[in-house]
Amino acid sequence: MSSLLRVNPITCEAHGLCAELFPERISLDDWGYPIVDPEPVTPELEEHARRAVEACPTLALALLRAGDRSPSGKT
Amino acid sequence: MSATAVAPRRRSVPDPHELPRLLAGAGVGQGPVPLEEHVERHGVLPKEISRREAARLIDLVEASGLRGRGGAGFPTGRKLRAVAERGHRAVVVANGSEGEPASAKDKVLLRRVPHLVLDGAALASATVGAAEAFIVVGEGAERERLAIEDAVAERERRRLDGVAFRVVTVPDRFVAGEETALVNFLNGGPAKPTFTPPRPFERGVGGLPTLVQNVETLAHLALVARYGPAWFRGLGTEDQPGTALVTLDGAVGRPGVYEIPVGLPLRDLVERAGGVSAPISAFLVGGYFGAWIGVQNAVDLTLSNTGLAAAGASLGAGTIIALPTGTCGVVETARVARYLAGESARQCGPCLHGLDAIATAVEHLAARKKQRRGGSEDLPRWTAQVKGRGACRHPDGAARLVESALTVFADELARHARGTCTGDGRPLLRLPEARR
Repeated sequence: MSSLLRVNPITCEAHGLCAELFPERISLDDWGYPIVDPEPVTPELEEHARRAVEACPTLALALLRAGDRSPSGKT
Repeated sequence: MSATAVAPRRRSVPDPHELPRLLAGAGVGQGPVPLEEHVERHGVLPKEISRREAARLIDLVEASGLRGRGGAGFPTGRKLRAVAERGHRAVVVANGSEGEPASAKDKVLLRRVPHLVLDGAALASATVGAAEAFIVVGEGAERERLAIEDAVAERERRRLDGVAFRVVTVPDRFVAGEETALVNFLNGGPAKPTFTPPRPFERGVGGLPTLVQNVETLAHLALVARYGPAWFRGLGTEDQPGTALVTLDGAVGRPGVYEIPVGLPLRDLVERAGGVSAPISAFLVGGYFGAWIGVQNAVDLTLSNTGLAAAGASLGAGTIIALPTGTCGVVETARVARYLAGESARQCGPCLHGLDAIATAVEHLAARKKQRRGGSEDLPRWTAQVKGRGACRHPDGAARLVESALTVFADELARHARGTCTGDGRPLLRLPEARR
């Protein structure tokens, strides 16, 4: 079963460790904030993903099973 | 089986093809429709409804196809059901904050037919099991707050409702009306979006399941409950049934708020408003989160999400602005891009930094300045990069507006590159005074 990476954009402070540890799925934008590839994290990559999650100094990165990523919005 | 959820005491069902619905009996420049007149027109709603009636009302709202009128267009029935199914005491929030400076339709509704909004809030509360309903208005909306407070007092004297209304004002910020921002504010925090989950229907105000609905949506709900889904579908399109309030501004004879059947051709709306008052180069459809559409593509469009999709736009909260040829679309876009950058809640990096960079680049294009770094060549990448990367959709909306401007005003951008501009320098799009 695959998982999904999700960044909390409010807590993220652009330390950039995640992109260094998991370049297969995470790159940085022009301001140093992570852009996460929406492709699910396959089991072979899960160890890398987990390391990136653990390295985040602000705990902004999470690895979700069968992720529910519905956006919030105006009514 | 009855076609309606509740059976109010009234004389007859209005013609399903007749306009206006929401604004029936509410004249321009008149005060709010008083309770007696409102009841005379639409009948009294039952104070309490049974569980079965509540379930029936949700079915009817789903069958009506009513969608949220705050901009996102989420199916109202599904939202009601999500809160009701929590099986817990809930809270209702009627969102009349209308943070977009170009939109006036929610204010018009609150000012002219406050009882229809309160009917909807009361019904929604009865349906999801809420003892408390917050009616939210913007800080600057003094007349609207008074109209709704008076209406609440009228109803309290008559003990009309089984729910307690609380009228609340929120800061006049663009993002304050986003539903997680409202919930955060009502919980004593800043009026800024939060990262979900939990979403408001799971855990919202006071930790209770919370139904946040735009005030126009609630007003429609109050009519669907009385007259049924088939009546509601008597106007509008298959996908987006019913009428909608739109705010029409810019170079038209009579700018203002109009109630239209969804799917009305844009040219018909302009005609209702007395036609154009100057030659038009483009329309801004969907407000400051919307898209520019060149006039040659706009005239045949119909005002529904399906009708507007071909032009890369959607109806949003129903704000439409006609841009005259004497006003520069690039300059106007730069003004709004700067405003939206300033309205960022400043919580998420891509929004805080991205919208500022985007606004600066558009300002340079507008000012006909050659940028050493971060000019127009970066804009498409930046607008693509910020989408979907905030806790709310603020960066997405701002990016969409700028992207549409780059396409629609390509000729004007070419003129700017040669050092000329068609604009007369007078600003058109409404923005509040700078706050920072």
